[in-house]
Amino acid sequence: MGYSFDFSSINPANLKVLGDGMLLSLEITATAVVVGIIWGTLLAMMRLSSIKPLQWFAAGYVNVFRSIPLVMVLLWFFLIVPQFLQKIFNLSPADDLRVASALVAFSLFEAAYYSEIIRAGIQSVPKGQIAAAQALGMSYGQSMRLVILPQAFRNMVPLLLTQGIVLFQDTSLVYVSALAEFFGEAYGIGERDGRIVEMMLFAGAVYFVICFGASLLVRYYQKKVVL
Amino acid sequence: MNYHWNWHVFFQSAAKNQTYLDWLISGALTTLALGLLAWAIALVLGAILGVMRTVPNRGLRAIGATYVELFRNIPLLVQLFIWYFVLPELLPFGDAIKQMNPFAQQFLAAVLCLGTFTAARVCEQVRSGIISLPRGQKNAGLALGLTLRQTYGHVLLPMAFRIIVPPLTSEFLNVFKNSAVASTIGLLELAAQGRQLVDYTAQPYESFIAVTLLYVVINLAVMAVMRWIEQRTRVPGYIGSK
Repeated sequence: MGYSFDFSSINPANLKVLGDGMLLSLEITATAVVVGIIWGTLLAMMRLSSIKPLQWFAAGYVNVFRSIPLVMVLLWFFLIVPQFLQKIFNLSPADDLRVASALVAFSLFEAAYYSEIIRAGIQSVPKGQIAAAQALGMSYGQSMRLVILPQAFRNMVPLLLTQGIVLFQDTSLVYVSALAEFFGEAYGIGERDGRIVEMMLFAGAVYFVICFGASLLVRYYQKKVVL
Repeated sequence: MNYHWNWHVFFQSAAKNQTYLDWLISGALTTLALGLLAWAIALVLGAILGVMRTVPNRGLRAIGATYVELFRNIPLLVQLFIWYFVLPELLPFGDAIKQMNPFAQQFLAAVLCLGTFTAARVCEQVRSGIISLPRGQKNAGLALGLTLRQTYGHVLLPMAFRIIVPPLTSEFLNVFKNSAVASTIGLLELAAQGRQLVDYTAQPYESFIAVTLLYVVINLAVMAVMRWIEQRTRVPGYIGSK
């Protein structure tokens, strides 16, 4: 017993570093949410289409990503993406491509989870809506874009946002590549100053405030907007 | 790409009397043990918390809700580091923990972390299962003269658990997937063995493919077991039951 706390590591200079790390965490989160939702929507539409190969592709994609731990997915992408990018853009092996790898990995990984949310959302729209759109002479694209997806998304927004909060927490796992996002910076400072205890408690508190605050907002939105 | 595939690498000697394949197997067994123990903790603790969130007692409900919010809004990795690096410093018997061998320390931290983390999610499933039961079930139990405790034990929980088998399946799968996070504190489970293999053999693709396949196998096994349980425990008359 008798651990003496010393929070002097949380000083302005270190907070600047932590802030930069947080910006990277948020950048990864935002990219993965946007790309994940777009690619996830396409996957969901493939899964629900009547063309068999598209169905199989989408189902295979989703099942593969959902049965592998995120840590393994990240390790895979930190291995593969740099080689691809170097080939395509003729980069030197010295370039640091870990941020690019993290962005690609999270975007493709989250798309699998988003596509399942979106598929359920599309399926929750009453069948009559499609029939009505077609009766009005709309093409498949028009009825999806103008009728089905707007209604589906309106119901799904809370789930999509909650998934975004989970994703934000998961960005801490890029720690496996020693990339300096918020958690990596906090641990690095703690290790350097011999203050891991304080820095981990601080990191936990920061994550908690952000995620709990965001989930309260989602709940408030859910009450106001959802049909 | 000029990658040189070499699948024989797994049969090469890694250490005395061990091949790299042995490393993989020991990693998979560690992952299995970690996942199963954490799941046991999560089920028991989650059931208790789930009940707490539904009983007519404001204090207990608040404790349950606080637990869930706390464990759901802090990343698993941060929780693991708190279990592993922070608690031994703060707890009165922390010195005893620090004297244990490294593997035991890592394993203990990982099991407790995964168990308590998953308990928050199990709790929410148990709660929604209990809430989804018709109110008449609870009233009937009480009207028969059962105490509240007996009503939960004999009526509500058995029904709730049978209803929530499908969502529990995905939480069970999540336990094994989340267990890969334990590689960050140096526990030599499956993912960590995979990374070690890359360092030792310089054959990253074979190593990662093998590790990934082993995770898929664990996934399939869990799904098969849970499907069997689901078929055995289906409640007649509910959607999804035959």
